[in-house]
Amino acid sequence: MNIYESAFGLKNKNILITGASSGIGREIALLCAKHGASIYALGRNEEKLNSLRNKIGRRYCKIFSFDLTDNDRINEFIENIEGVDGLVNCAGLIAMTPYKFVTSKLYSKMFDINVKAPLLLTTKLLKKRKIKKRSSIVFISSINGSCIGAKGFTLYSSSKGAISGLVKSMATDFSKLKIRVNEIAPGMIKTEGIESIMANASSSSINEDIMKYPLGNYGSSEDVAYGCVYLLSDASKWVTGTKLVIDGGFTLI
Amino acid sequence: MKKDFLKNFESILDEEPNFKLEMNSKFRDLDEWDSLTALSLIVMLDEKYNVKLSGDQIKVFETLEDIFNIL
Repeated sequence: MNIYESAFGLKNKNILITGASSGIGREIALLCAKHGASIYALGRNEEKLNSLRNKIGRRYCKIFSFDLTDNDRINEFIENIEGVDGLVNCAGLIAMTPYKFVTSKLYSKMFDINVKAPLLLTTKLLKKRKIKKRSSIVFISSINGSCIGAKGFTLYSSSKGAISGLVKSMATDFSKLKIRVNEIAPGMIKTEGIESIMANASSSSINEDIMKYPLGNYGSSEDVAYGCVYLLSDASKWVTGTKLVIDGGFTLI
Repeated sequence: MKKDFLKNFESILDEEPNFKLEMNSKFRDLDEWDSLTALSLIVMLDEKYNVKLSGDQIKVFETLEDIFNIL
């Protein structure tokens, strides 16, 4: 039995992935495609989305380039797509904001993309019946906010904590349609997106941080993508409202 | 300028400094100095002086004067 046909495969499933231009979202798109899915890839960077589509092949990948905070574009997009069997809310912002520097403006910036956008996208898709019964919805949160509170991440942590609450509530409400909703809480993942964060730290503090991971290093986008494929597949058909922690053991110690 | 800088520096602290801050003060000697204070310093320099520094760049500074001189 090959991977597409096993319970871990995604054959004949349409999967919508936000934040697919780069980093974790991109890796999830690639891995889902490898497991037999057709991908709707949403992101802001058209060039990178084109590159993703070239890699997967036009037949199995449609791209949509717009900002998730643009409600008009979202509504138009939802009107025009077919129903999906899976949704991965991966688009998000990471930034350090020491609590003294929290402002209303920065709060809105963080929460608009990390919480409001995926919340509205998900609920709108459901209202328009574009998420099929027995589908699977995955939110990418973070151990930071969902399990622990890392230094200097007031706004980011609270936004990811909000996702955690959202997942539990949606899991309950959507169970009527047998739609599962789960969260993946990754530890620090090496992507382009965190380079700006790493620039704020010194290399010795980064090394100190890496030592806190029992499995010895920061994670890769692939580590998160494998967990995501499991949650999207029928292998997890009895799993809902949970948090899959993918963190190299960080939260253990 | 220096007076404003000292004020801006003090604003990032959570507590009263355990010694009087002067331009030749070694800021790492502050009781409360830690990675979060270092981060707050980076954010303050960006916001108030439009100077973007990294954690590694901050490491070479010893006194407040050292920081002030690059602004």
